[in-house]
Amino acid sequence: MASFEGYERPVGPAGVRNYVAVLPTSVAASPVADEIADRAGENVRSTPHQMGGDPPDAAREQIERTLAGAGTNPNVGAALVVSLGTETVDADRVANDVADAGRDVETLSVREAGGTTAAVEAGAELASDLWGEIAEIPRVECDASELRFGVECGGSDATSGIAANPSVGAACDGLVKDGGTATFSETPEFIGAEHILSDRCADEDVRERLLDYVDQRESTAELMGVDLRGAQPSPGNQEGGLTTIEEKSLGAISKGGTSPVQGIVDYAEQLPVGGGLVLMDTPGYDVESVVGKVAGGCQVVAFTTGRGSTTGNPLAPVIKVTGNPQTADRLSNNMDVDASTVFDGESIDSVGERIYQTLLAVASGQQTAAELRRLEEFAINELQPNELRELRGNI
Amino acid sequence: MKGEVLGDLGLHMVAEDNVVTAIDDLEAGDEIPYDGGAIELAEDIPFGHKIALVALEPDDTVRKYGEPIGQATEAIAPGEWVHTHNIESKRGRGDVDAAEEEVA
Repeated sequence: MASFEGYERPVGPAGVRNYVAVLPTSVAASPVADEIADRAGENVRSTPHQMGGDPPDAAREQIERTLAGAGTNPNVGAALVVSLGTETVDADRVANDVADAGRDVETLSVREAGGTTAAVEAGAELASDLWGEIAEIPRVECDASELRFGVECGGSDATSGIAANPSVGAACDGLVKDGGTATFSETPEFIGAEHILSDRCADEDVRERLLDYVDQRESTAELMGVDLRGAQPSPGNQEGGLTTIEEKSLGAISKGGTSPVQGIVDYAEQLPVGGGLVLMDTPGYDVESVVGKVAGGCQVVAFTTGRGSTTGNPLAPVIKVTGNPQTADRLSNNMDVDASTVFDGESIDSVGERIYQTLLAVASGQQTAAELRRLEEFAINELQPNELRELRGNI
Repeated sequence: MKGEVLGDLGLHMVAEDNVVTAIDDLEAGDEIPYDGGAIELAEDIPFGHKIALVALEPDDTVRKYGEPIGQATEAIAPGEWVHTHNIESKRGRGDVDAAEEEVA
Protein backbone atom coordinates (compact mmCIF):
# COMPACT_ATOMS: atom_id res chain seq x y z
CA MET A 1 0.00 0.00 0.00
CA ALA A 2 1.12 3.56 -0.67
CA SER A 3 2.10 5.40 2.51
CA PHE A 4 3.80 8.51 3.83
CA GLU A 5 5.47 9.61 7.05
CA GLY A 6 3.09 12.04 8.69
CA TYR A 7 2.03 13.62 11.99
CA GLU A 8 -0.93 11.97 13.70
CA ARG A 9 -3.59 14.35 15.05
CA PRO A 10 -6.08 13.89 17.91
CA VAL A 11 -8.96 14.32 15.45
CA GLY A 12 -8.91 13.74 11.70
CA PRO A 13 -6.25 12.54 9.30
CA ALA A 14 -2.48 12.95 9.68
CA GLY A 15 -0.61 16.10 8.71
CA VAL A 16 2.36 16.34 6.38
CA ARG A 17 3.78 19.38 8.21
CA ASN A 18 3.73 20.32 11.89
CA TYR A 19 2.95 24.00 12.26
CA VAL A 20 1.52 26.49 14.71
CA ALA A 21 -0.88 28.66 12.68
CA VAL A 22 -1.29 32.34 13.57
CA LEU A 23 -4.72 33.33 12.24
CA PRO A 24 -5.65 37.04 12.03
CA THR A 25 -9.39 37.77 11.97
CA SER A 26 -9.00 40.94 9.83
CA VAL A 27 -6.62 42.99 7.73
CA ALA A 28 -5.88 45.06 10.84
CA ALA A 29 -4.67 42.03 12.78
CA SER A 30 -2.65 40.67 9.83
CA PRO A 31 0.63 42.59 10.28
CA VAL A 32 0.59 41.66 13.98
CA ALA A 33 0.12 38.00 13.05
CA ASP A 34 3.00 38.23 10.56
CA GLU A 35 5.32 39.75 13.11
CA ILE A 36 4.40 37.13 15.71
CA ALA A 37 5.17 34.35 13.22
CA ASP A 38 8.47 35.97 12.24
CA ARG A 39 9.58 36.17 15.85
CA ALA A 40 8.39 32.74 16.92
CA GLY A 41 10.39 30.73 14.40
CA GLU A 42 9.98 28.83 11.15
CA ASN A 43 7.40 26.33 12.45
CA VAL A 44 4.98 29.15 13.19
CA ARG A 45 3.08 30.31 10.09
CA SER A 46 0.76 33.29 9.68
CA THR A 47 -2.16 33.62 7.28
CA PRO A 48 -2.41 37.38 6.58
CA HIS A 49 -5.37 38.54 4.45
CA GLN A 50 -7.25 41.64 3.30
CA MET A 51 -10.69 41.07 4.82
CA GLY A 52 -12.26 43.91 6.77
CA GLY A 53 -13.47 43.43 10.32
CA ASP A 54 -17.20 44.02 9.84
CA PRO A 55 -18.37 42.33 6.63
CA PRO A 56 -21.96 41.39 5.67
CA ASP A 57 -23.22 38.19 7.36
CA ALA A 58 -22.64 35.74 4.51
CA ALA A 59 -19.16 37.15 3.88
CA ARG A 60 -18.34 36.98 7.59
CA GLU A 61 -19.47 33.36 7.67
CA GLN A 62 -17.13 32.57 4.77
CA ILE A 63 -14.17 34.32 6.47
CA GLU A 64 -14.77 32.45 9.73
CA ARG A 65 -15.17 29.14 7.89
CA THR A 66 -11.92 29.72 6.00
CA LEU A 67 -9.93 30.66 9.11
CA ALA A 68 -11.37 27.74 11.10
CA GLY A 69 -10.53 25.44 8.19
CA ALA A 70 -6.97 26.74 8.10
CA GLY A 71 -6.66 26.24 11.86
CA THR A 72 -7.91 22.66 11.68
CA ASN A 73 -5.92 21.64 8.60
CA PRO A 74 -4.03 18.43 9.47
CA ASN A 75 -0.74 20.30 8.95
CA VAL A 76 -1.60 22.51 11.92
CA GLY A 77 -0.89 21.14 15.39
CA ALA A 78 -1.89 24.26 17.36
CA ALA A 79 -3.17 27.74 16.60
CA LEU A 80 -3.22 31.32 17.84
CA VAL A 81 -6.16 33.51 16.74
CA VAL A 82 -5.27 37.22 16.63
CA SER A 83 -7.85 40.01 16.45
CA LEU A 84 -7.73 43.78 16.74
CA GLY A 85 -10.67 43.38 19.09
CA THR A 86 -13.35 45.37 17.24
CA GLU A 87 -14.18 42.83 14.52
CA THR A 88 -17.52 41.13 14.09
CA VAL A 89 -15.53 38.23 12.63
CA ASP A 90 -15.69 35.97 15.67
CA ALA A 91 -12.25 34.95 16.99
CA ASP A 92 -13.89 32.68 19.57
CA ARG A 93 -15.82 30.76 16.94
CA VAL A 94 -12.59 30.14 15.03
CA ALA A 95 -10.78 29.15 18.24
CA ASN A 96 -13.62 26.83 19.31
CA ASP A 97 -13.50 24.99 15.98
CA VAL A 98 -9.74 24.51 16.40
CA ALA A 99 -10.26 23.25 19.97
CA ASP A 100 -12.98 20.86 18.78
CA ALA A 101 -10.36 19.34 16.47
CA GLY A 102 -8.29 18.47 19.53
CA ARG A 103 -5.68 21.18 19.01
CA ASP A 104 -4.31 23.59 21.60
CA VAL A 105 -5.48 27.10 20.76
CA GLU A 106 -5.07 30.59 22.19
CA THR A 107 -6.68 33.93 21.34
CA LEU A 108 -5.11 37.36 21.51
CA SER A 109 -6.75 40.80 21.16
CA VAL A 110 -4.55 43.76 20.25
CA ARG A 111 -6.88 46.09 22.18
CA GLU A 112 -6.78 43.99 25.32
CA ALA A 113 -3.05 43.38 25.07
CA GLY A 114 -2.43 47.13 25.09
CA GLY A 115 -1.52 47.85 21.49
CA THR A 116 0.47 46.25 18.71
CA THR A 117 3.88 46.21 20.42
CA ALA A 118 2.55 44.49 23.50
CA ALA A 119 0.44 42.15 21.34
CA VAL A 120 3.44 41.08 19.27
CA GLU A 121 5.43 40.33 22.42
CA ALA A 122 2.60 38.42 24.07
CA GLY A 123 1.74 36.64 20.81
CA ALA A 124 5.32 35.52 20.15
CA GLU A 125 5.44 34.01 23.63
CA LEU A 126 2.07 32.28 23.20
CA ALA A 127 3.10 30.92 19.79
CA SER A 128 6.44 29.66 21.14
CA ASP A 129 4.63 27.91 23.99
CA LEU A 130 2.17 26.33 21.55
CA TRP A 131 5.10 25.13 19.45
CA GLY A 132 6.62 23.60 22.57
CA GLU A 133 3.46 21.50 22.99
CA ILE A 134 3.72 19.93 19.50
CA ALA A 135 7.46 20.02 18.76
CA GLU A 136 8.04 16.44 19.87
CA ILE A 137 5.30 14.83 17.77
CA PRO A 138 7.14 12.24 15.64
CA ARG A 139 6.52 11.36 12.02
CA VAL A 140 4.95 7.91 11.73
CA GLU A 141 3.90 5.78 8.80
CA CYS A 142 0.42 6.72 7.57
CA ASP A 143 -1.73 5.30 4.81
CA ALA A 144 -2.03 7.36 1.64
CA SER A 145 -5.82 7.16 2.03
CA GLU A 146 -5.47 9.85 4.75
CA LEU A 147 -4.40 12.37 2.13
CA ARG A 148 -6.63 15.07 0.68
CA PHE A 149 -4.81 16.28 -2.43
CA GLY A 150 -5.81 19.62 -3.92
CA VAL A 151 -5.05 20.38 -7.55
CA GLU A 152 -4.95 23.83 -9.05
CA CYS A 153 -3.87 25.47 -12.27
CA GLY A 154 -2.64 29.00 -12.86
CA GLY A 155 -0.96 30.78 -15.72
CA SER A 156 -2.41 28.18 -18.07
CA ASP A 157 -1.43 27.85 -21.71
CA ALA A 158 -1.97 25.26 -24.41
CA THR A 159 0.51 22.88 -22.75
CA SER A 160 -1.62 22.76 -19.58
CA GLY A 161 -4.35 20.69 -21.19
CA ILE A 162 -1.93 18.59 -23.21
CA ALA A 163 0.78 17.72 -20.67
CA ALA A 164 0.67 19.05 -17.08
CA ASN A 165 -3.05 18.71 -16.31
CA PRO A 166 -3.63 15.17 -17.59
CA SER A 167 -0.41 14.08 -15.82
CA VAL A 168 -1.60 15.51 -12.49
CA GLY A 169 -4.95 13.88 -13.29
CA ALA A 170 -3.19 10.51 -13.56
CA ALA A 171 -1.70 11.11 -10.09
CA CYS A 172 -5.21 11.94 -8.78
CA ASP A 173 -6.50 8.68 -10.25
CA GLY A 174 -3.66 6.87 -8.43
CA LEU A 175 -4.53 8.45 -5.08
CA VAL A 176 -8.26 7.81 -5.52
CA LYS A 177 -7.47 4.15 -6.31
CA ASP A 178 -5.44 4.01 -3.09
CA GLY A 179 -8.43 5.31 -1.12
CA GLY A 180 -7.62 9.03 -0.78
CA THR A 181 -9.38 12.24 -1.76
CA ALA A 182 -8.47 14.40 -4.75
CA THR A 183 -10.11 17.74 -5.34
CA PHE A 184 -10.08 20.47 -7.94
CA SER A 185 -12.07 23.71 -8.12
CA GLU A 186 -12.13 27.02 -10.05
CA THR A 187 -15.77 26.80 -11.12
CA PRO A 188 -15.48 29.43 -13.91
CA GLU A 189 -13.15 26.92 -15.55
CA PHE A 190 -15.86 24.27 -15.65
CA ILE A 191 -17.79 26.45 -18.16
CA GLY A 192 -17.86 24.64 -21.48
CA ALA A 193 -16.75 21.34 -19.93
CA GLU A 194 -19.54 20.88 -17.38
CA HIS A 195 -21.31 18.32 -19.58
CA ILE A 196 -18.28 16.02 -19.26
CA LEU A 197 -18.10 16.46 -15.49
CA SER A 198 -21.84 16.05 -15.06
CA ASP A 199 -21.74 12.75 -16.98
CA ARG A 200 -19.20 11.57 -14.40
CA CYS A 201 -21.21 12.56 -11.33
CA ALA A 202 -21.91 9.69 -8.95
CA ASP A 203 -25.59 10.56 -8.58
CA GLU A 204 -28.32 12.99 -9.61
CA ASP A 205 -27.95 15.19 -6.52
CA VAL A 206 -24.25 15.83 -7.19
CA ARG A 207 -25.01 16.50 -10.86
CA GLU A 208 -27.70 19.07 -10.03
CA ARG A 209 -25.52 20.89 -7.52
CA LEU A 210 -22.55 20.95 -9.92
CA LEU A 211 -24.63 22.49 -12.72
CA ASP A 212 -26.13 24.96 -10.24
CA TYR A 213 -22.68 26.16 -9.14
CA VAL A 214 -21.64 26.61 -12.80
CA ASP A 215 -24.85 28.55 -13.54
CA GLN A 216 -24.15 30.84 -10.59
CA ARG A 217 -20.63 31.63 -11.81
CA GLU A 218 -21.75 32.18 -15.39
CA SER A 219 -24.71 34.33 -14.35
CA THR A 220 -22.39 36.53 -12.29
CA ALA A 221 -20.95 37.71 -15.62
CA GLU A 222 -24.44 38.09 -17.00
CA LEU A 223 -25.63 40.03 -13.94
CA MET A 224 -22.82 42.50 -14.34
CA GLY A 225 -23.43 42.84 -18.08
CA VAL A 226 -19.83 41.91 -18.79
CA ASP A 227 -18.09 39.45 -21.01
CA LEU A 228 -15.99 36.69 -19.47
CA ARG A 229 -13.65 37.10 -22.43
CA GLY A 230 -10.65 39.19 -21.47
CA ALA A 231 -10.62 37.63 -18.01
CA GLN A 232 -11.43 34.07 -19.01
CA PRO A 233 -9.21 33.20 -20.71
CA SER A 234 -6.84 35.92 -19.45
CA PRO A 235 -4.60 37.88 -21.84
CA GLY A 236 -1.71 35.64 -20.73
CA ASN A 237 -3.73 32.50 -21.38
CA GLN A 238 -4.54 33.87 -24.84
CA GLU A 239 -0.91 34.60 -25.62
CA GLY A 240 -0.22 31.00 -24.65
CA GLY A 241 -2.65 29.75 -27.28
CA LEU A 242 -5.92 29.44 -25.35
CA THR A 243 -8.71 31.14 -27.30
CA THR A 244 -11.97 30.60 -25.40
CA ILE A 245 -13.18 29.67 -21.91
CA GLU A 246 -14.47 26.38 -23.35
CA GLU A 247 -10.99 25.46 -24.57
CA LYS A 248 -9.42 26.47 -21.25
CA SER A 249 -12.01 24.49 -19.26
CA LEU A 250 -11.64 21.35 -21.36
CA GLY A 251 -7.91 21.40 -20.59
CA ALA A 252 -8.42 22.40 -16.96
CA ILE A 253 -10.76 19.58 -15.93
CA SER A 254 -8.23 16.93 -16.95
CA LYS A 255 -6.16 17.81 -13.86
CA GLY A 256 -8.70 15.96 -11.70
CA GLY A 257 -8.24 12.69 -13.56
CA THR A 258 -11.00 10.39 -14.75
CA SER A 259 -12.67 9.16 -11.53
CA PRO A 260 -16.38 9.61 -10.83
CA VAL A 261 -17.28 12.95 -9.22
CA GLN A 262 -18.44 11.92 -5.73
CA GLY A 263 -19.46 15.35 -4.49
CA ILE A 264 -19.07 19.12 -4.65
CA VAL A 265 -18.58 21.39 -1.63
CA ASP A 266 -18.70 25.13 -0.98
CA TYR A 267 -15.65 27.38 -0.79
CA ALA A 268 -13.49 26.30 2.22
CA GLU A 269 -16.05 23.68 3.29
CA GLN A 270 -14.58 20.47 4.75
CA LEU A 271 -13.68 17.83 2.16
CA PRO A 272 -14.39 14.21 3.04
CA VAL A 273 -11.49 11.89 3.97
CA GLY A 274 -11.29 8.85 1.73
CA GLY A 275 -13.82 10.54 -0.50
CA GLY A 276 -12.53 9.91 -4.02
CA LEU A 277 -12.75 12.84 -6.45
CA VAL A 278 -14.69 15.75 -4.89
CA LEU A 279 -15.02 19.23 -6.44
CA MET A 280 -15.04 22.58 -4.63
CA ASP A 281 -16.76 25.78 -5.77
CA THR A 282 -14.08 28.48 -5.88
CA PRO A 283 -13.27 31.51 -8.04
CA GLY A 284 -10.61 31.22 -10.73
CA TYR A 285 -8.14 33.42 -8.82
CA ASP A 286 -5.52 30.84 -7.91
CA VAL A 287 -4.36 32.09 -4.48
CA GLU A 288 -7.93 32.27 -3.14
CA SER A 289 -8.70 28.94 -4.73
CA VAL A 290 -5.67 27.19 -3.14
CA VAL A 291 -6.60 28.67 0.24
CA GLY A 292 -10.17 27.36 -0.13
CA LYS A 293 -8.86 23.83 -0.63
CA VAL A 294 -6.30 24.06 2.20
CA ALA A 295 -9.10 25.31 4.48
CA GLY A 296 -11.12 22.33 3.21
CA GLY A 297 -8.43 20.05 4.61
CA CYS A 298 -5.95 19.47 1.77
CA GLN A 299 -2.51 18.64 3.20
CA VAL A 300 -0.73 18.93 -0.18
CA VAL A 301 -1.51 20.88 -3.36
CA ALA A 302 -0.28 20.31 -6.92
CA PHE A 303 -0.27 23.45 -9.03
CA THR A 304 0.11 23.21 -12.79
CA THR A 305 1.35 26.15 -14.80
CA GLY A 306 2.24 26.70 -18.42
CA ARG A 307 3.37 30.30 -18.48
CA GLY A 308 4.88 30.19 -15.02
CA SER A 309 3.64 30.68 -11.47
CA THR A 310 5.68 30.76 -8.28
CA THR A 311 2.90 30.85 -5.70
CA GLY A 312 2.86 28.74 -2.53
CA ASN A 313 0.88 28.53 0.71
CA PRO A 314 1.86 29.04 4.37
CA LEU A 315 0.29 25.81 5.63
CA ALA A 316 0.43 23.29 2.77
CA PRO A 317 3.29 22.38 0.44
CA VAL A 318 2.54 23.30 -3.18
CA ILE A 319 4.07 21.08 -5.86
CA LYS A 320 4.67 23.00 -9.09
CA VAL A 321 4.20 21.10 -12.35
CA THR A 322 4.79 22.58 -15.79
CA GLY A 323 4.19 21.13 -19.22
CA ASN A 324 5.83 24.03 -21.04
CA PRO A 325 9.44 23.30 -22.06
CA GLN A 326 10.40 27.00 -21.93
CA THR A 327 8.97 27.42 -18.42
CA ALA A 328 10.62 24.19 -17.29
CA ASP A 329 13.91 25.76 -18.36
CA ARG A 330 13.49 29.42 -17.37
CA LEU A 331 11.72 28.82 -14.05
CA SER A 332 13.46 25.57 -13.13
CA ASN A 333 14.18 26.93 -9.62
CA ASN A 334 10.45 27.34 -9.00
CA MET A 335 9.29 24.02 -10.52
CA ASP A 336 9.12 20.60 -8.86
CA VAL A 337 8.02 18.34 -11.71
CA ASP A 338 8.80 18.74 -15.41
CA ALA A 339 5.86 17.38 -17.41
CA SER A 340 7.09 18.89 -20.69
CA THR A 341 8.80 15.52 -21.27
CA VAL A 342 5.39 14.54 -22.66
CA PHE A 343 6.42 16.42 -25.81
CA ASP A 344 9.53 14.21 -26.03
CA GLY A 345 7.49 11.04 -25.81
CA GLU A 346 7.14 10.28 -22.07
CA SER A 347 3.65 8.88 -21.44
CA ILE A 348 1.06 10.73 -19.35
CA ASP A 349 0.89 7.70 -17.04
CA SER A 350 4.64 7.78 -16.51
CA VAL A 351 4.64 11.51 -15.62
CA GLY A 352 1.58 10.88 -13.44
CA GLU A 353 3.50 8.20 -11.52
CA ARG A 354 6.39 10.65 -11.00
CA ILE A 355 3.90 13.20 -9.63
CA TYR A 356 2.31 10.61 -7.31
CA GLN A 357 5.76 9.62 -5.96
CA THR A 358 6.57 13.33 -5.50
CA LEU A 359 3.28 13.74 -3.59
CA LEU A 360 4.25 10.92 -1.18
CA ALA A 361 7.82 12.24 -0.79
CA VAL A 362 6.58 15.80 -0.13
CA ALA A 363 3.99 14.41 2.31
CA SER A 364 6.88 12.71 4.12
CA GLY A 365 8.81 15.95 4.49
CA GLN A 366 10.58 16.69 1.21
CA GLN A 367 10.42 20.45 0.68
CA THR A 368 8.93 21.94 -2.48
CA ALA A 369 10.49 24.78 -4.46
CA ALA A 370 7.92 27.21 -3.00
CA GLU A 371 8.62 26.03 0.57
CA LEU A 372 12.38 26.36 0.17
CA ARG A 373 11.84 29.97 -0.90
CA ARG A 374 9.15 30.66 1.73
CA LEU A 375 6.60 31.68 -0.91
CA GLU A 376 3.42 31.68 1.17
CA GLU A 377 0.59 33.65 -0.42
CA PHE A 378 -2.73 33.66 1.43
CA ALA A 379 -6.01 35.30 0.38
CA ILE A 380 -9.63 34.65 1.34
CA ASN A 381 -12.33 34.85 -1.31
CA GLU A 382 -14.53 37.86 -0.59
CA LEU A 383 -18.16 37.56 -1.59
CA GLN A 384 -19.14 40.56 -3.70
CA PRO A 385 -22.31 42.56 -2.90
CA ASN A 386 -24.06 41.39 -6.07
CA GLU A 387 -23.18 37.77 -5.27
CA LEU A 388 -24.50 38.22 -1.77
CA ARG A 389 -27.74 39.79 -2.96
CA GLU A 390 -28.51 37.88 -6.13
CA LEU A 391 -26.92 34.52 -5.52
CA ARG A 392 -26.92 33.92 -1.80
CA GLY A 393 -30.09 35.72 -0.87
CA ASN A 394 -28.78 37.48 2.22
CA ILE A 395 -26.57 40.46 2.85
CA MET B 1 0.70 12.55 -25.25
CA LYS B 2 -2.92 11.88 -26.10
CA GLY B 3 -3.89 12.39 -29.72
CA GLU B 4 -1.94 12.00 -32.94
CA VAL B 5 1.20 13.98 -33.78
CA LEU B 6 1.11 15.12 -37.41
CA GLY B 7 4.56 15.40 -38.99
CA ASP B 8 6.24 16.39 -35.68
CA LEU B 9 4.53 19.81 -36.09
CA GLY B 10 0.97 19.58 -34.84
CA LEU B 11 -1.01 17.67 -32.21
CA HIS B 12 -4.42 16.45 -33.36
CA MET B 13 -6.11 15.68 -30.04
CA VAL B 14 -9.11 13.75 -31.40
CA ALA B 15 -9.80 12.53 -34.95
CA GLU B 16 -12.92 14.73 -35.41
CA ASP B 17 -11.14 17.96 -34.34
CA ASN B 18 -11.03 20.56 -37.13
CA VAL B 19 -8.00 22.31 -35.62
CA VAL B 20 -4.51 21.12 -34.74
CA THR B 21 -2.18 22.55 -32.04
CA ALA B 22 1.34 23.65 -33.02
CA ILE B 23 3.92 21.77 -30.93
CA ASP B 24 6.80 23.95 -32.14
CA ASP B 25 7.12 27.53 -33.39
CA LEU B 26 5.98 27.02 -36.99
CA GLU B 27 6.59 29.17 -40.05
CA ALA B 28 4.51 30.15 -43.05
CA GLY B 29 4.94 27.51 -45.73
CA ASP B 30 5.46 24.62 -43.28
CA GLU B 31 3.36 21.63 -44.31
CA ILE B 32 1.35 19.53 -41.87
CA PRO B 33 0.42 16.11 -43.23
CA TYR B 34 -3.35 15.53 -42.91
CA ASP B 35 -5.91 13.23 -44.48
CA GLY B 36 -3.55 11.88 -47.17
CA GLY B 37 -2.44 15.35 -48.23
CA ALA B 38 -0.77 18.31 -46.55
CA ILE B 39 -1.97 21.59 -45.01
CA GLU B 40 0.33 24.49 -45.89
CA LEU B 41 0.59 27.18 -43.22
CA ALA B 42 -0.59 30.58 -44.38
CA GLU B 43 1.34 32.40 -41.64
CA ASP B 44 3.77 31.86 -38.76
CA ILE B 45 2.10 30.01 -35.87
CA PRO B 46 3.59 30.14 -32.36
CA PHE B 47 3.95 27.05 -30.15
CA GLY B 48 0.62 26.12 -28.54
CA HIS B 49 -1.57 27.98 -31.02
CA LYS B 50 -4.12 26.41 -33.35
CA ILE B 51 -4.33 25.91 -37.11
CA ALA B 52 -7.44 25.13 -39.18
CA LEU B 53 -7.31 21.71 -40.82
CA VAL B 54 -10.43 22.26 -42.92
CA ALA B 55 -12.28 25.26 -44.37
CA LEU B 56 -14.59 26.86 -41.80
CA GLU B 57 -17.54 29.14 -42.52
CA PRO B 58 -18.88 31.84 -40.17
CA ASP B 59 -20.80 30.21 -37.25
CA ASP B 60 -19.16 26.82 -37.85
CA THR B 61 -18.28 25.07 -34.60
CA VAL B 62 -14.57 24.75 -33.87
CA ARG B 63 -13.65 21.46 -32.17
CA LYS B 64 -10.67 20.53 -29.99
CA TYR B 65 -10.55 17.58 -27.55
CA GLY B 66 -13.53 16.40 -29.63
CA GLU B 67 -15.63 19.18 -28.04
CA PRO B 68 -16.90 22.60 -29.17
CA ILE B 69 -14.53 25.41 -28.12
CA GLY B 70 -16.25 28.26 -29.98
CA GLN B 71 -17.64 29.42 -33.30
CA ALA B 72 -15.96 30.93 -36.34
CA THR B 73 -16.72 34.64 -36.80
CA GLU B 74 -15.41 34.69 -40.39
CA ALA B 75 -14.39 32.25 -43.12
CA ILE B 76 -11.17 30.44 -42.20
CA ALA B 77 -9.10 28.55 -44.77
CA PRO B 78 -7.09 25.39 -44.03
CA GLY B 79 -3.62 26.38 -42.79
CA GLU B 80 -4.80 29.65 -41.19
CA TRP B 81 -4.19 30.59 -37.56
CA VAL B 82 -7.32 30.04 -35.42
CA HIS B 83 -7.54 32.37 -32.42
CA THR B 84 -9.47 35.24 -30.83
CA HIS B 85 -9.50 37.24 -34.08
CA ASN B 86 -11.59 34.68 -35.95
CA ILE B 87 -13.44 32.54 -33.41
CA GLU B 88 -15.39 33.41 -30.27
CA SER B 89 -16.86 31.85 -27.18
CA LYS B 90 -20.60 31.60 -26.66
CA ARG B 91 -20.35 31.27 -22.88
CA GLY B 92 -20.37 33.83 -20.07
CA ARG B 93 -21.38 36.57 -22.51
CA GLY B 94 -23.04 39.12 -20.24
CA ASP B 95 -22.12 41.74 -22.85
CA VAL B 96 -24.37 40.08 -25.44
CA ASP B 97 -27.27 39.86 -22.99
CA ALA B 98 -26.82 43.52 -22.04
CA ALA B 99 -26.75 44.58 -25.72
CA GLU B 100 -29.90 42.57 -26.44
CA GLU B 101 -31.69 44.25 -23.53
CA GLU B 102 -30.78 47.69 -24.88
CA VAL B 103 -32.16 46.79 -28.32
CA ALA B 104 -35.37 45.51 -26.72
